[in-house]
Amino acid sequence: MSLLIGTFTIGLILSLLALGVFISFRIFAFPDITADGSITLGASVAAILLVHNVNPPLASLAGFLAGMLAGACTGLLHTRFKINSLLSGILVMTALYSVNLHVMGKANIPLLSVNTLVTESERIGVKLMRGATIFDIAGWEVTVRDASVLAAIALAVAATGISLYWFFRTDLGMAMRATGDNVQMVRALGVNDANMIVFGLGLSNGLVALSGALLAQYQGFADVGMGIGMVVWGLASVIIGEALIGTNRVGLTIVGAVMGSVLFRLLVAVALRWGLNPNDLKLITAGFVFCALIVPQFLHKRKVQAAHA
Amino acid sequence: MLELHAVSKTFHPDTPNEVRSLRGVNLNLQPGSWVIIIGTNGSGKSTLLNAVAGTFLIDEGGIRLAGRDVTKWPEHARAELIGRVFQNPFSGTSPSLTIEENLSLASHRGRSRGLGWGMKASLVTRMRDEVSRLNMGLEDRLGNEIGSLSGGQRQALTLLMATWLRPELLLLDEHTAALDPKSADLVIALTEQVIARDQLTTLMVTHSMQQAASLGDRLIMMHRGQIIHDFQGAEKRRLRPDDLLARFEEVRRAEQLDESAALMLAARYV
Repeated sequence: MSLLIGTFTIGLILSLLALGVFISFRIFAFPDITADGSITLGASVAAILLVHNVNPPLASLAGFLAGMLAGACTGLLHTRFKINSLLSGILVMTALYSVNLHVMGKANIPLLSVNTLVTESERIGVKLMRGATIFDIAGWEVTVRDASVLAAIALAVAATGISLYWFFRTDLGMAMRATGDNVQMVRALGVNDANMIVFGLGLSNGLVALSGALLAQYQGFADVGMGIGMVVWGLASVIIGEALIGTNRVGLTIVGAVMGSVLFRLLVAVALRWGLNPNDLKLITAGFVFCALIVPQFLHKRKVQAAHA
Repeated sequence: MLELHAVSKTFHPDTPNEVRSLRGVNLNLQPGSWVIIIGTNGSGKSTLLNAVAGTFLIDEGGIRLAGRDVTKWPEHARAELIGRVFQNPFSGTSPSLTIEENLSLASHRGRSRGLGWGMKASLVTRMRDEVSRLNMGLEDRLGNEIGSLSGGQRQALTLLMATWLRPELLLLDEHTAALDPKSADLVIALTEQVIARDQLTTLMVTHSMQQAASLGDRLIMMHRGQIIHDFQGAEKRRLRPDDLLARFEEVRRAEQLDESAALMLAARYV
């Protein structure tokens, strides 16, 4: 049971990553690799602040803001200096590796003995349960610690998802969505599309970094290598979410990205349980995204051939 | 209203692909006038519209609009003064946004956009009202994605969006060229309605000699980046499609003469 709750919790934490990737890849059609660096940046910034006894929500927020800054850099490289979108992301991601080492001062910061969102929510949970540390749901024993962390993360993700949905229906948010859809039109309606891309990538990487900040607190450490391959992981979640939802309405796609992230984490947990070598995980993830990208093309070709036959 | 002074633009300068698209164009539009632009392919008529809209900055000359020098303004800044409808029905709307979201975007043309809710009740009421006047039955489908509509419907909505806030200048770039005849007629009827209602100053490029003869109060004909004819007032009203075709024929002959003469001279002297 603890394993299942853990899987859900990590799935929800990484759904913020998926939402970030959704904004860059789907809304702006911008293949933003910065996320690999900004997830670690969020973790490093939050970790170093937590070690210095900053309160956990504030430290997580600082991680979010640091991520926004990183994303805005990628946006500026692309819009002001006309650097190819993929290369802009690669440059910032590479630079972030050094930045992250400087922020942390070393390659790894353990968070086991400091106050984090995990200890905070456990404290609140125990208070709510009047001191009990274990309770049972339908015959399963669940520790209050696991349950309260899951609840806290679920609340945070729900709040983020709702804010994001609201934002995308405001004047600014709609202009942002339209920028990825039809640049010619948004310019004709007086929107500065370059600013939209800078701000949008900032928002995207802010969410990714927030995901990193939460992940570091949940797993109890921040590590300079924790971001490797995370863009692909987020993309896999987004693709699964789209398959689950089957529409591109903005409200449902947000729900889809969250569901996709949880489901993907669940699939991975099952695979690992069945004896998948953890070293093969990135390979399998990349293979999965590869298949998800080519299968629709393949099906379309089959359909066209069938129509001609 | 709109003043173009010696506007020139050369694309790919100093390369074998150099194109001198606009060569010292002068044009002065009175407020409320509706100017039709015709010309052969590559004559610079769409380039002229894009120069006014700010798609690119011009090499030489100046552009004044509504009393302001907009020569150096970027495209999105000029949108405050200009409403545009494009040739491609897909260019003027955002396909994955709904009809109401597109209209809401248009209701802020050239204004600052903040975190205000995009679907204010008063705005939605006006949307229903205006969209129902298109007679396309779209007023009950405001929540549908625009990508699911036909080209004619999208073009009608683009026109509505371009004129939602009264623009100082309306630019129509062959906005019916990609539509079927029935939709084209409908969009032209809507265009006439809205221009008459709001007394809009309009620049309209068209390929249709029919439209060129029957619409607007002034007609200019472009060739090789210059204005070669300018018909106004009674002269414009008398124009028939055949007259325009005759003018095109003249241009073609002059062109042939030029080229064959050049060849002859080259053969003899080079």
